[in-house]
This record gives sequence, structure tokens and C-alpha cells, in this order.
Amino acid sequence: MTEDVAVVGVGMHPFGRHEGVTGLQMAAVAARRALADAGVRWEEVDFAAGGSDAGGNADTSVASLGLTGLPFINVKNGCATGGSALTTAHAMLVSGQAEVALVVGFDKHPPGAFNPLPEEWGIGSWYGETGLMLTTQFFAMKIQRYMADYAITQSTLAKVASKAFANGSRNPNAWRRKPLSDDEVLASKMVNHPLTQYMFCSPGEGAVAVVLARGMRIRELTRTPVCLRSVAFRTRRFGSFEVFSPSIPIESAPSATAEAAAAAFEQAGVGPEDVDVAQVQDTESGAEIMHMAETGLCEHGEQEALVQSGATSLEGRLPINTDGGCLANGEPIGASGLRQVHEVVLQLRGDAGDRQIPGRRRVGFTQVYGAPGVSACAVLTV
Amino acid sequence: MLDQRELTPVAEGLIAGTAAEPRLIGSSCRRCATVTFPRQASCPRCTSEDVEERRLKRRGTLWTWTIQCFPPKSPPYAVEPGDAFVPYAVGYVELAGEVRVEARLTETDPARLRIGMPMELTLIEAPGGSGACTFAFRPAEHDEEADR
Repeated sequence: MTEDVAVVGVGMHPFGRHEGVTGLQMAAVAARRALADAGVRWEEVDFAAGGSDAGGNADTSVASLGLTGLPFINVKNGCATGGSALTTAHAMLVSGQAEVALVVGFDKHPPGAFNPLPEEWGIGSWYGETGLMLTTQFFAMKIQRYMADYAITQSTLAKVASKAFANGSRNPNAWRRKPLSDDEVLASKMVNHPLTQYMFCSPGEGAVAVVLARGMRIRELTRTPVCLRSVAFRTRRFGSFEVFSPSIPIESAPSATAEAAAAAFEQAGVGPEDVDVAQVQDTESGAEIMHMAETGLCEHGEQEALVQSGATSLEGRLPINTDGGCLANGEPIGASGLRQVHEVVLQLRGDAGDRQIPGRRRVGFTQVYGAPGVSACAVLTV
Repeated sequence: MLDQRELTPVAEGLIAGTAAEPRLIGSSCRRCATVTFPRQASCPRCTSEDVEERRLKRRGTLWTWTIQCFPPKSPPYAVEPGDAFVPYAVGYVELAGEVRVEARLTETDPARLRIGMPMELTLIEAPGGSGACTFAFRPAEHDEEADR
């Protein structure tokens, strides 16, 4: 087995809308906070990786942080950008090419749904011109089918959203801090059947950074390390149902998420049943429900009873998206994956304040998913 | 009704046949028989480059659906945001033994859309007023033709 890698510091620029602040400025704020949390000087960092989708080139933040000559790799992998950057830094540490690494993810998107161009995703322009190039449609159609296959109700979709806003109301860094009832979620305007407005996250702004260290450096830097036991990244296989697909095969295959999760658990030597707190991609309510089963945290169809009984709330048996997830924090694409790691680290340290989970906190899990079928999962332990 | 004389598909290589009996142009792998839409030069399943063009079945069943309730941004949508927006339906239709195709649906009332219902291919005017047509599926009477 390779040398231990641990998260020794985390930092965040609050999510939301920040007029006059650029994505790169938010990235620098998050980086400085993570370095301060770790008690590490920027000159001691010997590798960095980071990225954004629309907020600029991560490596240019050295102009603000200091020109120390370190290798800094830019990553751009859709919603899995943060997970990909984490994968890159983890690999550099376990291979012995670095001792202390900074990982940063940030973004700044205009209001409203994303408008990706088909040509950049290998699809003809007709796909966008005729109104098919929308991530919201994909998520709606995937959960629509899933609800029919596994008897998931719309009430459960609403409960996932109301839980997110309840958790967000206890998170000072969240964007949406007003609790909403199930009825308010259901009564909000329909966006893409069966998903209403408050079941969807919104593109937003924000930045997160984490500092990783390996081996002897971990104990030198912190008394409260959170071990990054594994991180796994996968793209889609033939047969999985993914976003931006003009057609999908009838033959089915496990999703990129299912494969990344299985690999992450195997590398970590723990199972989904050991997880005490999880952050899974909740681009909308349906995604959280489907990702719960794809990651192995529950069986397909079991979500209905778990969500309805409150098992995934802060006080439940399996707290999920304890910081409010994408629903309450919004989706700055490059930052979301690292927000999940940030939250798991706080929860495992016992530093999550008003939203601290009350029960056992030993094993945490994160999962991001992005277009056109990429996923990164991580297991963290104390 | 679309006029056959003015039939201009929204893109080359997508649609064949006539306005009354349109067909989608897909491809089929000579090695593993995997069907794709739109046609492509290699097989996404077995990686073979030995693929041939194939006219897909006109009928199938609704596999999943949604209603697009807000106007998509332009670009890439062909309609400017200022124009009046009418919600439209989108779904995947399973063509038995071939592939599931994503398309606009002509039925936009959610109460009349049901997973498993029979659908058939038709052509509609493409958004944006260019005069081009695109493919869509409409509800079909159930009959044995679906498996043809």
C-alpha cells in the first residue's frame, strides 16, 4: 500500500452571487484560507491542481498567491472538475513527486440554465437548435424513468429538496439559507416534469481549496488530519444513460458514478455500509436519489423509505449533503466537488458547527457527476 | 402539414424517406450489430470501424419523457429568448432491438404521456422559423407494425 495522504487544511469563499469579485479572486481567497487552516506557507506547497469551467485559468492565481515556480496543472472536466483536480494531486502525492499539494476549484456563472454548445460536446448543432441540449431535460428524464422503475414518489423528490434547504439554513457559507417546506417545493413552478424550480440547483459562484500532505508531513502540520483514503475517477461505458445523448443503447451498463464509487471503496478498503456521512451530486432532487443507489449507499428503490423516514437528514442514520448540497449552495461547476470534500472534512473533524452530525463520524464519502458522463468519488476517514 | 416539395431537414444525414413516411438515418456495426443514432463512423460498443448506414424503425415505445417548461438559451436554441415560448415535450423512444432515440414529442400534455405508450416518427417544423424540418415522435395507435 502507498503512503498515507491526508487533508490538512480546507478553505472556502462563500457560494452565491458576488458582484465585482472575479472567479480567480475567489480562488485566491479560498486558497489562502486553506493554507491558513493547514498552517502552511504558500512557498511550502510543491504541487497544485485546480480548475473552473467558466471562471478562468486556475494556474494564473499564482500571480496573486506568489510566483514560487511550483508545477500547477489546470483541470477542466465539467462538474467533475474538482474531483479530477483532487485525483491529480492525490496521484502526485502517492507517487512521491510532491509532499504538500493545493487543490482549488472555483467558478462564476451568469444566472439561468447553462447553455453549452453541441459542437463542443461532439454533437451536431441541430441538437441545440431544436431544443434538446439541456442538462435539466436529462435529469428530468432520468428520474422520470427511475421513478417508474423503482416506485419513487414526487413527495420524496420534494423531501430531498426541503432537507437540503434545512441543512443550508444551518450553513453560514450556503447561498440559499431559507428553509422551505415540502409543499412550497411542490408548489414552485414546474421546470421539467417531474422536477419543480426548488428541486433544481442554480448555477452560481464560489471557490473551495484543500491542502493535502503525505507521510511524515501530515503529523508535522496538523493534529486533526483527515485521511484521503482513495479517490477514483471514471468516464462512461457503453450502455449507461448520460447527459447530452441523442440516443442511448438498449443494452444497459453501470454508470460512471457506479464504477467510480466501487473503485473508491475498493481502494479504501471500506464498504458503503461503513459510511457515516456522504455528499453526493444533487444537481436536482432526482440526482441525489439515484446517486444514493449508484454509489452503493443503498439498494435501488430503498431511497423512498430512507428519505421519507428522515434517515438521510442530519440526525438520521445516513446523513447526506449535510451542507445543503448543490441545492442550497448552487453550482459553481469547478468548486462543487471540493465543496463536498470541505464539508466531509469539517464533519469528520467535528468542526461543522450548527450542522454537525450527532452520531459516529469516522468514514466520509463524496461523489460528483458531470457531463458527458464523468464521475469522481472519494473516501475520507479519521 | 409539411410540404414534401420543401422538405429541408435541419441537418444533413439525419432524416431520409418522405414527409409521410420519414426514416431516421442511423448506423449499424457489422461486427457486433450495435445500432447508433445519428450514424457514426465507428462502433461505441466494440470500437470497430466497420459500420454501415441503417434506416431505423419508424415505430417504438416511449421510454421516458419530460416537458421543457422554460425557453432554452440561444445559442444554442434556434429561437430568440424574446419570442413567445410554448412549452414542448421531449422523450426517448425505444425502437425495439435497435436503440432509444431522443426527440421532440408532438404531445405536450403531461397527462397524455405515459411510459410504454406506442409512438411513431413524424416531421415537424424546426424551431427558429428557418423553414427546415426536424424529426419528432407522435402517439400512435397500437398495432403489430411496431415490431416490423
